[in-house]
Amino acid sequence: MPTAIEFFKFLPKTNCGECGQATCLAFAMQLANQKATIDACPYVDGGAKEKLEESSAPPVRAITIGSGDRAVSMGGETVLYRHERRFVNPTAFAISISDTCSAQEMEQEVSKYLDMAFERVGTVFNIDMFVLRDDSGDPESFRTAAVRLRSLTDLPLVLESSSADVLSSAAAELRDVRPLIYGAGQDNIEAMVAVAKENSLPLALIGNDLDRMAEMVEVARKGGVEDLILDLGSSSMKHILESNTVARKVSLRRTFKGLGYPLMNLVGSGPAAMMKASLAVMKYSSLVVFDSLEAQQALPLMTLRQNIYTDPQVPIQVKEDLYPISDPGEESPILFTTNFSLTYFTVRADIEKSRQPVWLQVVDTEGLSVLTAYAAGKFSHEHVATALQASGALDRSKGPIVTPGMVAKLSGKLEEALGRKVMVGTMESSALPKFLKNLRQ
Amino acid sequence: MAKVPLPKEKWSGNIGSVSLGDGGVRAGGGKGMPFLSFEDRSYPRALIAGEVMDDVSDFPQIVLDQFGEAASDPVSWAEEWKARGADLICLRLLSTDPDRGDASPEDAARTAREVADATGLPLIVYGCGIADKDADTMEAVSASLAGHRSILAYVEEDSYKRISAAAMANKHSVLAFSNLDINLAKQMNILLSDFGVDRSDMVMDPLMAPLGMGMEYSYSVNERIMLAALSGDRMLQVPMVCDASQAWQVRDCSDDDPSLGDVAERAAWWEFTTALAALLSGADILILRGHDAMALVKEAIDDLGGGA
Ligand code: SF4
Repeated sequence: MPTAIEFFKFLPKTNCGECGQATCLAFAMQLANQKATIDACPYVDGGAKEKLEESSAPPVRAITIGSGDRAVSMGGETVLYRHERRFVNPTAFAISISDTCSAQEMEQEVSKYLDMAFERVGTVFNIDMFVLRDDSGDPESFRTAAVRLRSLTDLPLVLESSSADVLSSAAAELRDVRPLIYGAGQDNIEAMVAVAKENSLPLALIGNDLDRMAEMVEVARKGGVEDLILDLGSSSMKHILESNTVARKVSLRRTFKGLGYPLMNLVGSGPAAMMKASLAVMKYSSLVVFDSLEAQQALPLMTLRQNIYTDPQVPIQVKEDLYPISDPGEESPILFTTNFSLTYFTVRADIEKSRQPVWLQVVDTEGLSVLTAYAAGKFSHEHVATALQASGALDRSKGPIVTPGMVAKLSGKLEEALGRKVMVGTMESSALPKFLKNLRQ
Repeated sequence: MAKVPLPKEKWSGNIGSVSLGDGGVRAGGGKGMPFLSFEDRSYPRALIAGEVMDDVSDFPQIVLDQFGEAASDPVSWAEEWKARGADLICLRLLSTDPDRGDASPEDAARTAREVADATGLPLIVYGCGIADKDADTMEAVSASLAGHRSILAYVEEDSYKRISAAAMANKHSVLAFSNLDINLAKQMNILLSDFGVDRSDMVMDPLMAPLGMGMEYSYSVNERIMLAALSGDRMLQVPMVCDASQAWQVRDCSDDDPSLGDVAERAAWWEFTTALAALLSGADILILRGHDAMALVKEAIDDLGGGA
């Protein structure tokens, strides 16, 4: 992003006020903070505008594949390391399907992957896209298969072929749902760019050499296609790590212009695919395409994606509520803890380990951990009592109420407030299994 | 033709290294961000420590199945890890826990010595997690492993003196634990340094939270530690130990729910993914529980070109 001073240079400095700001300098500052757009000043000439737009373009272009609710956004990334700022658009996962499979096979494949969904901490994970792969070499077979695939799913599609002839009628037929064209290599780039341009579709460029890729990007842009995604090759983990890192880094640093697009990786199937995919999620890939994927692979991979794309500024918070663990009943103990996700996960895992039925009350502490929340006055006996009452915990069980050992001080006042027996639990969550087993006896 | 510049950083620092065993095993020493050959042409190969317990009650059955008979005894278990290619043994002396039989420090130290003698591999030795007992145990372990440089685990801000002194007495390394925070990690290393522990005898564990249980915090803390260390912060230029065995704490890792797919394979990927995140963010030593996960991790390190 240009600075306020850089913007200021392009303004007429007449302070006419038509942009809504008192002075040109004030307007420049608004621009630098992305609170205004250059169009608000009628006096900036076209050439200057173009220059400004170029230097204020995001370092990694944002593009969209698909249409409607299920459309997938990619790119728009601004940082190399996630502690600096949240990674923006999570990696999409796609499954590749051959155009030679029968109608029935295609239906089975599609429904297998549509059913592969998991819920984790309140979020549903699933496959994001399908790729239709040209194995037939026949435009009509490919078009028919594309239409059939589209009738089975509203997920965004990728149309894959090395031949523009095979692709073109399917692309024209499905252009309204905005599939990705995959893709252009050294040999077919002119023809592929033409197909993408004609149908206003995003285009993937394929090549494992960065310098050559930069030239292909130039060719595509000259041909009028700006919505690009780059496949820099996936031959090894080393190649993925280094190519993706270089492309992201030179784009963010603006030391090189031509590679500022989302990246993608085709990883195949089996263990090697899982390894490459895990790496690609952590290292800047916007789209990972599999030939096949099983549930035992998809769950860890999708959990990884959720972890990596979490906003580092906002600790994930668990909803304040009463959580039953191992089917608790009227006599089961009621434990409580904070809504800081790490604390909650740890306590929960340790309770599960004990195999004892427990009611776990989460108290909203704005994402602070036990001691911090207590010190900040967000985990007082009043907070806890209110939460226990609101969730109905006190009606569900007559069992003992257990405070975390670190806030043993709460127990007296809490006992008074609730008129119920309150016990002091363990200092460390890891001691809970033993504590709970003893409690039972 | 367009020429894409290599975004090579000019780092002013590098990670220190520790030598272990009889000196032939080295951990640490990286000069760039992990596995980027344009920053560090010979990024050091991360070492793998296979986990062995001297008490397997409450231990996941899937792992015991992987090791079969061997897991019935710490020595044969450790030998099995060695045969499968582990570089170190992570020995957890759980039997010293007053609630698990309260084994004496001498008995525990004998186990450590037997494991070291049988495998010849350096050890990372943990006690039972109760500070006073662990200090007693580590004093005995330090003496019994004299001449076989190992890592005594772990020391924390409020209890580090006895274990550190025990390590120094026999030239072992100390594992400095801190709770997911770059400043705490640095603080811990400073404490040890002030106490007289040489930096070449320090390794640190900034807490590797597992996949699905806060892994992203650790990934970012580790990355920040690496960036600060490479930028010249000497008190963070300490090799990093990441304990990926904690993946097994996560329910989805080994929950026997068929809708989540094959459980043994899922557990291996859960541990692998935690380990890969650790490697990419700077781990020099990985503690692993499953040998299925180790096989995958080794393949990944090869494919990433580590230690090339
Ligand atoms: S409209 Fe343009 S010229 Fe007028 S004050 Fe705003 S920036 Fe300055």
